[in-house]
Formats: sequence, structure tokens, C-alpha cells
Amino acid sequence: MAPLLEIRNLKKYFKTGGGMLHAVDGINVTLSEGKTLGVVGESGCGKSTLGRTILHLLDATDGQILFEGKDITNPSKKELHKLRENMQIIFQDPFSSLNPRMSVSAAIMEPLMLKGGLSKSDMLEETRLLMDTVGIARRFENAYPHELDGGRRQRIGIARALSLKPKFIVCDEPVSALDVSIQAQIINLMLDLQEERGLAYMFVTHDLSVVKYISDDIMVMYLGQMVEKAPADELFRNTLHPYTKALLSAIPIPSIHNKTKRILLTGEITSPVNPKPGCRFVARCPYASEECHELQTLEEAEPGHFVSCCKYKEINNNI
Amino acid sequence: MKKNRKKSRLFEIWGQLKKNKLAVIALVVLILLALLAILGPLISPYHYADQNPKLQYAGSTGAHLLGTDKLGRDILSRLIYGARQSLEMGVIAVVIAAIIGITIGAVAGYYGGWVDNLCMRLLDIYQAMPMLLLCITLAAVLGPSLRNAIIALGIGTVPGYARLMRATVLTIREKEYIEAAKAINASDARIIVKHMLPNAMAPLIIEITMGVGSCILAGSALSFIGLGVQPPIPEWGAMISDARSVMRDHPTLALYPGICVMISVLSCNLLGDGLRDALDPRLKN
Repeated sequence: MAPLLEIRNLKKYFKTGGGMLHAVDGINVTLSEGKTLGVVGESGCGKSTLGRTILHLLDATDGQILFEGKDITNPSKKELHKLRENMQIIFQDPFSSLNPRMSVSAAIMEPLMLKGGLSKSDMLEETRLLMDTVGIARRFENAYPHELDGGRRQRIGIARALSLKPKFIVCDEPVSALDVSIQAQIINLMLDLQEERGLAYMFVTHDLSVVKYISDDIMVMYLGQMVEKAPADELFRNTLHPYTKALLSAIPIPSIHNKTKRILLTGEITSPVNPKPGCRFVARCPYASEECHELQTLEEAEPGHFVSCCKYKEINNNI
Repeated sequence: MKKNRKKSRLFEIWGQLKKNKLAVIALVVLILLALLAILGPLISPYHYADQNPKLQYAGSTGAHLLGTDKLGRDILSRLIYGARQSLEMGVIAVVIAAIIGITIGAVAGYYGGWVDNLCMRLLDIYQAMPMLLLCITLAAVLGPSLRNAIIALGIGTVPGYARLMRATVLTIREKEYIEAAKAINASDARIIVKHMLPNAMAPLIIEITMGVGSCILAGSALSFIGLGVQPPIPEWGAMISDARSVMRDHPTLALYPGICVMISVLSCNLLGDGLRDALDPRLKN
């Protein structure tokens, strides 16, 4: 059976004054039903752009997107509408992703209304059920977003995404704007929903402890490219790429006996405008050498564990 | 069901507006002015064209509360009759201008690119001519009458609304909730009407209410040069113009219609201010 979502060599370039900005540059990834793919990387590495491109909020420059085995790279308007009933997005900032002039029920009802086919009372009933599902008390029905806290607003965002009963949801840093205690609530809600409805998530974040907790697979991105991808446990246990190592070493561990040394990267992040071929991490990599300036290929180091570094064997044997 | 919700929304807005005393006073004044305009013939003591050659430039008397003008016509009656012309001119012209302007601005701002460029360059050409001159030209071409003056004013003041709407839409376009609306298959028209317009309302309401005032003034200018309301039909602006030549000897002739213009313009602005706050759910409490 075809995987739920398959992305082949997806590219998204933006035209800028200085040349082409390679926001997403040749990403290959597959996602099965009911699974979670964590996408991590620092700010500006193209992880949000990747999610938006899959949903066609941005048009892909090149490459292919397949959903349930069907090519959806260039959908017609009708196909796109159908598609978005199966793919939805939860936005990063619950403060700006809700229209301040729309009440809670109006915001949740909107996708149902646009889909059509339901009577007014059915829609209201459905809206109330959705509110129950995501845990917003019904008394907030006529409240406006500004009257609610961040956690409740994000619940509205989740209810909106769920209302069309999608199979796949792009979560674009859904908890990074929330308090830590509320983050846990929202993540648990999302996990419950996944179990209940068999949702597949693409969880975009820069919070590594969150991604470890919820992901089946984790993909690490650097400047639009995938540098490493592995099942969550494997990635944390057997880290191969020097960038991933640096990234993981930055997770704070709450223990006084913890003596792990943080790998500090030096240098500026390379510009994604007109990048040179070769490893993009080369300017900041402590192991960089001549061969890193050549085109890198993705290698399968272990079953299911991919890494894009020509020196990964050398690096990991030394340690 | 739907009706109920609409009603409660109106009720809510009124509840908010009530807290702003000035806005309530302004609303009352505007309602009174509107009543004056509608019921004018019933409540004015004289007909606006009744002349009394023996009573030129009479001061305030029991028979003529605000005195008479050079033809002995009762000023109070002329003010009451004039309310209709002036308010009509201000309100209808602004409605015409706002509808056209908001549409152009929303389309230009939302679609951007060449559509935006085309609209804005056309508006540049438009605005190269002074507004009043444009209105005069339009009114002259259409022929002098109240209706044509309103059309001329309406068309002449479009650019302000278009530019304001475009600028507002440009900032709203980048908000995440617009992207969120796209993600649930909202059409462009829906995004503009349901998501952008309500959020762009605050500056527009101010511009529209201010516009009523400036249209009343511009309309009186048109009347002054004979392109607006035709004598002997009274109009506040035209009355001020008539009184200009005798301002030094009989200042009240210009003062009374001037006060009327001032009160209506001020009321519009105060009400606009209050409405903006009442319509914004973020400013509750």
C-alpha cells in the first residue's frame, strides 16, 4: 500500500534581490497513516516552508508530492479543495492565526460552512462536539479570541483543523508560543486525537524534547536540506551528523550530575541565497575538510537511519 | 436563529456605544438633524422661498427667530430646509465614494502585482487633479443639479478611500488568519469580505465619518459657483456663500449655517470615533 504522504525531491525557491533563496531544497520523505514525523532545525532552515508547500499554501518550485499514491503537486482548484479536507494545518501563533472579529463558534464553524452540505443546526451541533473534543467549554461559544488565553486559542486552531476530518495535519510549531504547562496539555490533546482518529502529523518544531516525545521519525533540516533522518530513539541514541550532535547537545538536562559538554557552533549560518554545492553545514562544522565541498548524498547508515555527511563514519569512530 | 444572533450583536454594539457619552450625544444630534431634514416642511415656520421685501436683514424677532436675509426670507426656515440638501449631499456622496474606493482598494491590496500597480497608477492620474477641481469639472459636464453634484462629489473623493483600504489590506494580508482561511478553502471574495473588511473597519469608519463633513463643505462650494443646489432652494454652504458679501454688517447670516455645518461635521466625527471603539471586540470593558 502506498504511504499516506510521499515527497520526492521537493524544492521551494523564493526570488530575492540577491538571487534564488533555497528555502526547501530537495527533500525526500514518506509518512504513513497514524504516524508522526518530527521536523527539527534552527530558525530559517525551511521547516515551516516545507509544511506550507505540502499544503499548497505556497507553490512548489520543483519535485513531487504524492498523497495516498496520487500526484498532487499541481492540483486543479477542485482537487485542491478536496485535498484540503484531508490535509490541514495548525499554526504556530494562536494570537495571529485567529480572526479577531470572529467568535469561537464562528471560527470553528467556518470550515464546515465552506465545505457545505450541512444545515445550520447540524453545523452548530458539530461545532459544539468539536469544542468538546478539543476541550473548550461551551460557555466560550460566543467569546472572541482576545478573551481567551493562548492554550484555549490553540485549541480553537486544532478544532478548526479537525473539523474537516483530515488524515494528515501539518503542525507548524503548535506549542512554541505557549507556556510550558500548557504545552504539555496541548501535546497530550494532540496525541489523544491521533490515537482516536488515526491522524498523521508532520510536527515542525525547534523544541527537541517535544519532538522526541511525540515523533516516530525525526528529520533534521539544515538550510533547506535534510541532514539526518531516523526513528526517534535511534536518532537520540546513535547520532551521526555533526549538526544533529550540536543540536541535541543543546537540550538542557535537569540534573546536577550531568556533565555532557555542549557543542558550541561558531560562525554565522550560511546564506540560503544561491548556496554552493556541497554540504551546507561546512562553514560551521568542526570536522569539515576538502571533500565536504563536493555534493553530498544521503546514505543509509542503519536501516531507516539516513545521514547526509560524507565523513560520518570517520567522525563517529573517533569518539 | 440567525436573526437572533444578529439582533444580539447589534444590541452588544449599542451596549458598547452607550458607554461613550459623547458618541451618544452625537448620535442624538444626528438623529435630530435627520428628522429635521425629513420633517422640514412640517415644522418650519415659513416656506424657504417666502420673501418679505420690507424685512431685509432683520435681526432676531418673535416672528423670525434667527432673522431674515437680503430678500427677507426667514433664516430658520431656510436652515431647516437646507438640512435636507446638505445631509443628502454629504451622506450619499460618501456612500458612493466609499463603496467604489473600498472595492478598488481591497482588490488592489489583496491581489497585488500588476493589478495593484494598474489601480494605483490610475489613482495617481486621478489625484493629479485637485479634488475640488475634478468635482467642478464632473458637475459641469453632468449639468448643474443636486443629483449631479452628489455624483461628482462621490466620484471625486474615491482615491482617499481606495488608498486607505489598500494600505490596511496590505498589513492584514500578512496575518496568519488569512493563511488559515486559505487553508480551509475560503474563496478570495470571502477572505476579503469576511476576514479583511471587518478588520479594516476601524480606520475606514473614521475616514467615512470625516468624509461626510468634508463632502458637505465641498458640496457647498459647488453650490456657491452654481453647480450644486440651484437657488432658491436653500443649502447651508450656499447660504454661507450668499452671506459672504455682507459678513461685516450681518455676521449672523453666515454664522447660523456655519454652526449647522460645524455641528453636523463634529457629530459625525464623534459618532465615528465611538463606533470604531464599539465595533472592536478587543476594546470591550
